[in-house]
Amino acid sequence: MKNFAQLIKTLDSSNKTNVKVDALTTYFKNASPEDKVWTIAILSHRRPPRPVNTTLLRLWANELANIPLWLFEESYHIVGDLAETIALIIPTTNEHSDKSLTEFLQEIISLKRKTDSEKKEYLQQNWMALNYYERFVFTKLITGSFRIGVSQKLMTRALSKAENVDEDALAYKLMGNWNPNTITFQELILDEKSSDYLSKPYPFYLAYPIEGEIEDLGNPEDWSIEHKWDGIRSQTIIRDNEIYVWSRGEELVSDKYPEFQSFAEIIPNGTVIDAEILAFPDNQIGTFNDLQARIGRKTISANLLEKVPVILKAYDILEWEGKDIRNLPYIERRKLLEDLYNEIKDLTTSFRLSERISLTSWEDVTKERERAREMRSEGLMLKRNTSPYQVGRKKGDWWKWKIEPLVIDAVLTYAMRGHGRRSNLFTDYTFALWQNNENGEKELVTFAKAYSGLTDAEFRKVDDFIKKNTLERFGPVRSVTPKLVFEIGFEGISLSKRHKSGIATRFPRILRWRQDKKIEEANSIEDLKNMIS
Amino acid sequence: MKIPLLAFNDKGIYCQQADVYLDPWRPVKNAIITHGHSDHARWGHQNYITHHTNIPIIRHRLGEINVTGKEWGETFVINNVKFSLHPAGHIIGSSQIRVEHKGEVWVFTGDYKTEDDGISTPYEVVKCDTFITECTFGLPAFNWTPQAEVISEINNWWAENKAEGRTSILFGYSLGKAQRLLKYLDTDIGKIYTHGAIENMTNVLRPMVYFPPTELITRETKREALLGNIVLAPPSAHGSIWIRKMTPFVTGAASGWMAFRGARRRRAIDKGFVLSDHCDWHSLLESIKATGAERVICTHGYTDIFAKYLRELGYDARTEKTQYEGETAEMEKAELDQEAPIVSEN
Repeated sequence: MKNFAQLIKTLDSSNKTNVKVDALTTYFKNASPEDKVWTIAILSHRRPPRPVNTTLLRLWANELANIPLWLFEESYHIVGDLAETIALIIPTTNEHSDKSLTEFLQEIISLKRKTDSEKKEYLQQNWMALNYYERFVFTKLITGSFRIGVSQKLMTRALSKAENVDEDALAYKLMGNWNPNTITFQELILDEKSSDYLSKPYPFYLAYPIEGEIEDLGNPEDWSIEHKWDGIRSQTIIRDNEIYVWSRGEELVSDKYPEFQSFAEIIPNGTVIDAEILAFPDNQIGTFNDLQARIGRKTISANLLEKVPVILKAYDILEWEGKDIRNLPYIERRKLLEDLYNEIKDLTTSFRLSERISLTSWEDVTKERERAREMRSEGLMLKRNTSPYQVGRKKGDWWKWKIEPLVIDAVLTYAMRGHGRRSNLFTDYTFALWQNNENGEKELVTFAKAYSGLTDAEFRKVDDFIKKNTLERFGPVRSVTPKLVFEIGFEGISLSKRHKSGIATRFPRILRWRQDKKIEEANSIEDLKNMIS
Repeated sequence: MKIPLLAFNDKGIYCQQADVYLDPWRPVKNAIITHGHSDHARWGHQNYITHHTNIPIIRHRLGEINVTGKEWGETFVINNVKFSLHPAGHIIGSSQIRVEHKGEVWVFTGDYKTEDDGISTPYEVVKCDTFITECTFGLPAFNWTPQAEVISEINNWWAENKAEGRTSILFGYSLGKAQRLLKYLDTDIGKIYTHGAIENMTNVLRPMVYFPPTELITRETKREALLGNIVLAPPSAHGSIWIRKMTPFVTGAASGWMAFRGARRRRAIDKGFVLSDHCDWHSLLESIKATGAERVICTHGYTDIFAKYLRELGYDARTEKTQYEGETAEMEKAELDQEAPIVSEN
């Protein structure tokens, strides 16, 4: 555990990628095979299920700290991280623990079945035996993921360096379903085999936003245009008469979309499709807000299926007749995909094609982009005809060209402290727009929350304003004197019963602080409603 | 109507009986000043009274002012009110102010810490009825490790950076923290370079305390000369061109706020050292208890939370709004007293 805690500390203390990769590489070279498997699992968000709920965790940690519970809660709101708060308030003793990371994780797994008093004894004993940072890491293993700026890609690179395994091959090995408690390092990383190959997706190829002018991409005839659909990016795998649907978050979501079950009967085995899952109410592409009704639902009622059906909008094909064809040029892969689509299009309504558009001038491409809202897309994707399907976010062959966001000027009305690097700073804001109430008076009505888009210096200034202009406190939330106006950008807009304003916005974020505007000059709910096309 | 011995108005903490303000934030006639930090010692008062070791500091910052120096424990009477200054242990020359009238005693701490830093005169418990205390770190999440441990952590960090051929840049407020760091840096590891703001303030203090030799960074300073050595700089220099010219370097900051991971990450500092010139949670509680005070007024920091907890412990505790900012000001505010010259490329 000492080495793992030290690793996390180093990863957490540096902003430099090469320092992080070096620290991970050194760690992988020295750690035991069991600890390595667990480290990979934790850094790829595969921690064991939480054995204790956080209410009990707080209670037991609080007991050791000997403070009232409300004081713990206040401290937690300010520290912004539960594990860190627990680690900070518990006194450090002279004891120490030599247990390995694997031992701790096995204990945490078996803890789930124990009684509350056994759980309490175990936690309190270990909290007291660890130093501050180990206590933090130990508690994090129980409560949640480490947000320490280590992407799966970065970890894979370090592992590839330490073990001399090809980075892309490793990325593939690490995807899908594997259990860190049963798999060995040999099986996970070193063995060349295909026993759990069936459900394994390929790493997604992700695009960067376009840089500079569109004309810089050269000859438009070298490029294919697609609309960028706003749903869930997914990979659909048909192997051995089974269908596996993966989301980009590496979650297996096959069960959530019964519409796709029949694909296993009509698409040949050994096929992998890259596609977008889209809501399709009333036979047209819905908003992300529509799709939200399906996300996170474990059981899908017949009513919901009828109201918000989904479709698969196919972009690309990565495996065909059981062969990995990611290295074929895009245009050839598309040919295979389009042929497949033509063969099955009369057999299902849920499988659609993301139309590939060939245009001969950048002017036409620009015009196509202007149709995005009408097409219900977020903008365009530009894909080089010769491009292979690469791994991760890579520049050069694929670009996304989103439409300009919708904008509105809104008033800051509530604020909450942020988490992680923004803990102790008020950085999570609620914004309001004007509306006339029953008495015909203008009042501010909440319409969106946003917590990104300002520079650190601006956040500090706004934080200072909030602390000096707090009207009321509701736990971690403060109401603020309405005085500051911000330009809020968002991608989409739709009517919503869940929101007080009657409107839901997609990806709201702060574009800039309008220090030149008074609150009277902010927009109204009416202005926002007029944006719904 | 009963007039309290000390009241809080829009200019500062006011003793009406003596017509004297304690650490006022607007210009007044008579001001008793606890210490030299800019949120406590402000410009524009007609008469300043402070501990004599604080005089060179505030003269350096405020220029020619009309100031009277006092000894620790020396009683001075203004219109029947007895005043005296007692060590607060925050930085050199920092005092608590004791105010007594008709047998009633109030103490105002300014900023203070109870750990002996070996530079400032150690904090002294002053018995009182009403204790006006700061609580910058008044949360149970703040528990300091002893100075000696933090110092050895800093020296180890410097030695490691040196072994990797990098310059260590250590941020600390130019008055107080910088000298506390300087005092204990291990000169066997290398040379200590300074930013102008720190060099000037240190020179003001050198007649009172011994500090290791420092070298001011000037236009003539070669970047290569810095390699493996340490640079003491004010937090506001972080991210400046002045710093960027020193590559390869590693940054560290010494502050109580470094106890929070988020605080360090937000400032994009490589290494945080938890070292504060304020009390931590337990020393706040212990010092309040030791004064024997029944009434406690919290002036700055997590005042609402801290006062609520004190009430649960049985104190008559409340908060008052002031314009003191504690260590927040020291960490966040720009305080480049002057443009620092950039080191030369080779």
